[in-house]
Amino acid sequence: MINLSVNGEERRYEGDPEMPLLWYLRDELGLTGTKFGCGIAACGACTIHVGGTAVRACQTPVSAADGQPVVTIEGLSADGNHPVQAAWRDLNVAQCGYCQTGQIMQAAALLKDTPKPSDDDIDSAMSGNLCRCGTYPRIRAAIKQAAGVTPKTEQGGRL
Amino acid sequence: MIHDLTRIADAAAAPEPESALTNVSRRALLGGAGALVLALAVRAPAARAADEKKFGADGMPRGWRDDPTVFVAVAPDGTVTITCHRQEMGQGVRTSVALVVADELDADWAKVKVVQAHGDEDRFGNQDTDGSRSLRHFFMPLRRAGAAARAMLVEAAAQRWKVPAAEVTAENGTLTHAKSGRTLGYGDVAEAAAKLTPPDRAGIALKDPSAFRYIGKGQIGLIDNRDITTGKAIYGLDTRVEGMLYAVVARPPVFGGKLKTYDAAEAMKVPGVVKVITIDPPAPPVEFQPLGGVAVIAKNTWAAIKGREALKLTWDDGPNASYDSDTYRATLEEAVRKPGKVVRQEGDVDAALKGAAKRLEAEYYVPHLVQAPMEPPAATVRIAKDGKVEAWGCVQAPQAARDRIAKRLGIDPKTVTVNVTLLGGGFGRKSKPDYFVEAALCSKAMDGAPVKMTWTREDDLHNGYYHTVSVERIEAGLDAKGMPVAWLHRSAAPTIGSIFVDGADHEIPIELGMGLVNVPFAIPNVRMENPAAPAHVRIGWFRSVSNIPHAFAAQSFIAEMAHAAGRDPKDYLLEVIGPARVIDPVKIGDVWNYGEDPSRYPYDTGRLRKVIEAASKGIGWGRELPKGRGLGIAGHYSFVSYTAAAAEVEVGPKGEITVHRVDIAIDCGTQINPERVRSQLEGAVVMGMGLALTAQITFKNGRTVQDNLDTYELTRIDAAPKVIEVHLVPGGDYAKPLGGVGEPGVPPVAPAIVNAVFAASGRRIRQLPIRDKLSA
Repeated sequence: MINLSVNGEERRYEGDPEMPLLWYLRDELGLTGTKFGCGIAACGACTIHVGGTAVRACQTPVSAADGQPVVTIEGLSADGNHPVQAAWRDLNVAQCGYCQTGQIMQAAALLKDTPKPSDDDIDSAMSGNLCRCGTYPRIRAAIKQAAGVTPKTEQGGRL
Repeated sequence: MIHDLTRIADAAAAPEPESALTNVSRRALLGGAGALVLALAVRAPAARAADEKKFGADGMPRGWRDDPTVFVAVAPDGTVTITCHRQEMGQGVRTSVALVVADELDADWAKVKVVQAHGDEDRFGNQDTDGSRSLRHFFMPLRRAGAAARAMLVEAAAQRWKVPAAEVTAENGTLTHAKSGRTLGYGDVAEAAAKLTPPDRAGIALKDPSAFRYIGKGQIGLIDNRDITTGKAIYGLDTRVEGMLYAVVARPPVFGGKLKTYDAAEAMKVPGVVKVITIDPPAPPVEFQPLGGVAVIAKNTWAAIKGREALKLTWDDGPNASYDSDTYRATLEEAVRKPGKVVRQEGDVDAALKGAAKRLEAEYYVPHLVQAPMEPPAATVRIAKDGKVEAWGCVQAPQAARDRIAKRLGIDPKTVTVNVTLLGGGFGRKSKPDYFVEAALCSKAMDGAPVKMTWTREDDLHNGYYHTVSVERIEAGLDAKGMPVAWLHRSAAPTIGSIFVDGADHEIPIELGMGLVNVPFAIPNVRMENPAAPAHVRIGWFRSVSNIPHAFAAQSFIAEMAHAAGRDPKDYLLEVIGPARVIDPVKIGDVWNYGEDPSRYPYDTGRLRKVIEAASKGIGWGRELPKGRGLGIAGHYSFVSYTAAAAEVEVGPKGEITVHRVDIAIDCGTQINPERVRSQLEGAVVMGMGLALTAQITFKNGRTVQDNLDTYELTRIDAAPKVIEVHLVPGGDYAKPLGGVGEPGVPPVAPAIVNAVFAASGRRIRQLPIRDKLSA
């Protein structure tokens, strides 16, 4: 028996304790905002917060989250307006969008620890998150905007 | 691209290139052969002789529709629902399609919703989303659909008010009769409007472009922005259906291999595994058929994966068991060192080479690649008791998925519904719906229960539709001033045609027309040859396709010629292209021209020159650079658009490469949604950089060497250029035909980077990816 708190809801899990959180969240709980990209923690699409730290859900067994608060993209903010989410929309960061939930979770964790990140901070925190569409320039810009380093543009996501 | 592939099958089998055009026509007469279907355009503007060559959207299977009742619905509450029949994979098409319709409809964007069409080309027209042509082909039909719907709303309001329709205006979702000061919302007359007959096409009044509010403005955010950023967006892998099971497949590790023996006893012991079935290998040609193997069906994805690991399998590796990419490279090199099939010829190259003041030759290598969209292929299929099949998934060609499911199950395609989710990237992989057929076979084995087929990343890399591998050899003769008098380009690369015609081993018109034959250089003697190159893996299309190796070779070689001539590479490139002029693509050996009418879409060297100038100006060509840095440039025509990239690269003391900045310029005609044009170009720079620097798929013993994204190395944020500047040739002229956007950004990036590496270090790279080649 494993006890978890997922986005503030208490959950009990009795299956294979080695099952990665990724599949528990997606297949059992229906929280499909956490994405499968590689299964070996090489792409970051499955990034979630466990105990306040960004982890790769595909390489984190359910057992490792026993007693820990788990936050997925669905629980990052009540209204979907976390500054990182808002900046992502303002700058139209996404192309296909598939990796972006993982990017956003990683970026939110970065800003919690490093509220005013430098370019190097961003590169080092975000280099585990692949984007095949190549949205990196906008990811950098959106993180700076969410950090208040650069102002909101209201150019893209306005309408 | 499916349509283009209907041409491939014939062309691949054709003995001589000059018969390709004839074959296209014959093909149109005969209709599709094999699994490929070529239907007549739906509601084409005028009846044409069946053997007349059709272009653009007219030439696509099932053509196009502009029926407002198909694409637009207005609800009584004023909500405008626009149906997007092109698949969203990051190019922004759901937003762009909607803004085109909404603009002509004069809709209030805040009330616009987009629904994704299911796969039904009889209803929607062609839905095959590749070839960079969604807006190129559907801009006008979608405008007409929006304008026709607007006219119907105006007419309904006029009838309600009993006034002439000409006195009613529509703006931002509101209908106004100025004389009487009355207004109605679109929703107020929606039901009445829906009962009216749509106006004749000839009677539809389109807006003057000066009145556009959304088209060409680039101020509309992505329609899916909120869903994407909150995790609510549903991709193929996110499909959830009541009672759904989960499957993965163990496929033959070598293309053409077959299952010899299997023992599922241990797999069945894995908790959650419910069934193990075999899938038959394909009968050649492989086309979009599953590769066969053993499917493990379970109660969750993890159990299916664990069950697959527990299978005991032996394979007969078949005829490609010894495929080795190093050995094959030598085979291709041998091929390009001998004469091959002539695919374009002008003047006398041999004589000009003999008489040249200087001769230059070089060989370029581009390895296999795999598309690796962040979302691997995924599909869910359910078969109801009455035999109706419902499928959900990420697919670029939903009609193809529908047809292939029906064919494999031996049923009428009309009984199959394919629902299209968002695609977590596509890049060509998701044009091939083999995974839908696998899901259907699993569902059938489970008495119709819904089964989700998941491809793991290992599956994606091991069992892909790979970008071709190529050796390109170019030889040039320069005159005393260093200008070329002869150009001989031999390209050896396995063809996409090989998945449609077993044993096809020559590039087919769409590949030849991707920058091998259709180069516009002002060189009097040119010859292009295409030696045979048999395929040993499934060859598929990858964003920008054969433009990648062809542009890499040609644009690198011109920089080499410039160096040999002691000239500035940018000036030299422009001089090789020659003065601004308009060229008939057919006259430079390109019978395909991206399916577009050569008279509407001639090759305009002035446009190519302009983007080269824009990119070089953007990066500050000629400026003083710190030691170890250099600039490189490349320009290329693809998907009836013109692009150029200029790169600033630093080569460190240990050969480490930093791409500091890339300026990329495009002339794609006017931009319908400039904001998404920019994002596509930014992304193309990153993808082009990945294949230039790190990405490659290699084979040993017929097996893919790379297993996952740790060894198939793609560009990450820390390596991405700090500055990517996109330069759009100013738009606004809607009379000019549109070019493609999704793909044309990729081809010039790698040669621009390699040329910059040369400028920075004096070292010429002729093999991609560069990886650590400069460290030695």
